[in-house]
Amino acid sequence: MKLHFSRKMLCIPYAVFLVFFVIIPMLVILFYAFTDKELHLSFSNFIRFFSDPTKLSTIVYSLVIALITTVACLLIAYPVAYILARSKIKKKYVIVLLFVTPMWINFVLRVNAIRELFNLLSAQRGMEWLAGSNYFKTVFGMVYDFLPFMVLPLYTTLLKIDQSLYEASADLGAGAFTTFTRVTIPLSMPGIMSGVTMVFLPSMTNYVVSDMLGNAKVTIVGKFIYEYFGTDWHMGSMVALVLLVVVFLSTWLSGGFKAEDTVRGANL
Amino acid sequence: MAEHIIELQDVTKYYNDNLVIDHVSFYVNRGEFITFLGPSGCGKTTTLRMIAGFDLPTSGKILLNGKDISLLPPNKRPVNTVFQRYALFPHLNIFENIAFGLKCKRVLNTYRNEKGEEYTKKERLSKKEIKEKVERALSIVDLEGFEKRSVATLSGGQQQRVAIARAIVNEPEILLLDEPLGALDLKMRKEMQIELKEMHKRLGITFIYVTHDQEEALTMSDTIVVMADGVVQQIGKPADIYNEPSNTFVADFIGESNIFNGTVVGDKRVKFCGKTFDCLDEFASGEPADVVVRPEDIIMCPPSEGALVGEVISVVFKGIHYEITASVGKYELVINSTESREVGEKIGMKIEPDGIHLMKPRYTSNVFDGVITKRNTVAFADGEFECDVTQLYPGSHVDEEDYLVKADGEKLDLTGTEVRVEVGLNDIEISDDQDAGGTTGRIISIIYKGDHYRLIVRTEEEEEDFVFATEDLWNENDLVSVIIPKDKIKLSLKTAEEKKR
Repeated sequence: MKLHFSRKMLCIPYAVFLVFFVIIPMLVILFYAFTDKELHLSFSNFIRFFSDPTKLSTIVYSLVIALITTVACLLIAYPVAYILARSKIKKKYVIVLLFVTPMWINFVLRVNAIRELFNLLSAQRGMEWLAGSNYFKTVFGMVYDFLPFMVLPLYTTLLKIDQSLYEASADLGAGAFTTFTRVTIPLSMPGIMSGVTMVFLPSMTNYVVSDMLGNAKVTIVGKFIYEYFGTDWHMGSMVALVLLVVVFLSTWLSGGFKAEDTVRGANL
Repeated sequence: MAEHIIELQDVTKYYNDNLVIDHVSFYVNRGEFITFLGPSGCGKTTTLRMIAGFDLPTSGKILLNGKDISLLPPNKRPVNTVFQRYALFPHLNIFENIAFGLKCKRVLNTYRNEKGEEYTKKERLSKKEIKEKVERALSIVDLEGFEKRSVATLSGGQQQRVAIARAIVNEPEILLLDEPLGALDLKMRKEMQIELKEMHKRLGITFIYVTHDQEEALTMSDTIVVMADGVVQQIGKPADIYNEPSNTFVADFIGESNIFNGTVVGDKRVKFCGKTFDCLDEFASGEPADVVVRPEDIIMCPPSEGALVGEVISVVFKGIHYEITASVGKYELVINSTESREVGEKIGMKIEPDGIHLMKPRYTSNVFDGVITKRNTVAFADGEFECDVTQLYPGSHVDEEDYLVKADGEKLDLTGTEVRVEVGLNDIEISDDQDAGGTTGRIISIIYKGDHYRLIVRTEEEEEDFVFATEDLWNENDLVSVIIPKDKIKLSLKTAEEKKR
């Protein structure tokens, strides 16, 4: 048999990858989540999860932490990205680079550095409150860590907005504020969406930050899953599944699955 | 109300250090269709942007209805713009695009309270009012029923119409149009020209139109402002600008022209192409003049009857007429005629007095401010040229140590002396070899003058211009070096008054 090489064959490696590293693992999680220790079909994990207040409150806490982190990142990153994208200074990519370089330094190292900094600060007179505010420190660490992921997509979308649209807006009688709310924000929505996605998801699961900065007092979903997979794979799979649904729902609600033409290239 | 809706008073604009608008003054009459015409980079768009408020003048005033609006932000000006690439909002549909300005608008409404006292309130337009206005605007541009469409689904021509509707729906006092038809194909452009003209009549508002297309300007405008190099070259009605161009630039830019160097030889008599012609312009005898003859003003006749006799060297069919190029001695003339001729045929040519336009030459010589350097060369226009410094003091000479020795024996060190440098229009050569001359610059203008080209080379740093004649054909924007023979550089000492400036 003669083997024809067609362009379609280029996608075989990806198909194999998808099957082995996405579809099968998902099925395995699904299987574990709805079986008991004897591998019989069971809803006990499901019932146990939703009847346990500590488990539910962890999910809520994680959501709240992730939400605060995301909003804080957005509030800090938007002005930066906006000013950089619209300024006429030469070599502004250097400044953008400065915002992004922390990403290139080892993540654990950065979190450690922050922890040491907090330790140092909380030893100061008048700063003792810092030692106990584990949630504050966790959110601070996450904002610090995930900020570049917000700045970059925002910057690229804002940069792409045609300057003449701002002029058109002013020409039609809109003041600076109206132009911002009715032109800048809607047009930078793709950047906001991809920035939010890239900050929100990790901050729900990245328990390294909460472990190191929260004195192990802050438990987020990621930590939960990790711990269960040490003892009870079935419960761990159920938590993972719940997280998946939560993330799916939040992405869907924020319009992340909309047709591609509205999301112009800002997704990193 | 003031007759002049917009008036520019001595407006100058620098971008960083580049002078883009150089002391421009003119006014626009209410209800007029006025066009800023010029090649790219002439400052026409900048002028428009200053009227819109996107750019602020570095100095000078812009008056709207007699009030100074030079520093008013664009959203406070009663003008609206149709942008070159439309600048429609991609996130809004057609209705929302057109309604954008209306939603920003606040109108003063008068009410009566219970006591019967009148009071006014600043209010937004109601949804119904906005809807009605948008529909009316859409019907003006023939796009009824397009409200719900998204911008991306429209063709270029339709987007253009939406851009116009978005501007006129706000009922501006002035509509600014920045090369609005540039992105359309030829047929579409012709249609839109007519439509815009009709819209102008119907709306009765002032249109300020920017274009580099002279034909567009001639067909549409009531008044044309011809600009080049940040300077207004001529303002006038289309016919006047075509028939009576004020300088060779305008003559060359608007329509086809034959331009010659001529000399006035008597009362309404001018000599060019080796012959003397009657003309209508009165110039003093002996004065040099630029002579412009439109191709359609040269009448072909049998050789025996012609004032000029030449040989046809090319014939090109142009649809309505033939473009015939004929050589008369060393001169070349372009003739437009409905009759054809054979290449090689001998023809006679006549020009009626009203077909000959005389203009005072803008350039008679090149004058620069220079400084004598150590080696007795002169530095000006970004470069250094060899020159003869002894001409500054009659009877002087330069000794071995490079000092100037005056006739009376006094030794002078001329280093740093400011001088006036003058170079004739026929004394400059240019070369591709960048090191061949004293300075380098780019060719910014080429005008054919029958038997030679008149070139302007501008240096890159100081932006000094060299104007000169050459028989060689060069390309605009070429980087060339400027060569001036030593003996052609005329130096003179500056008077104390000149130095002060």
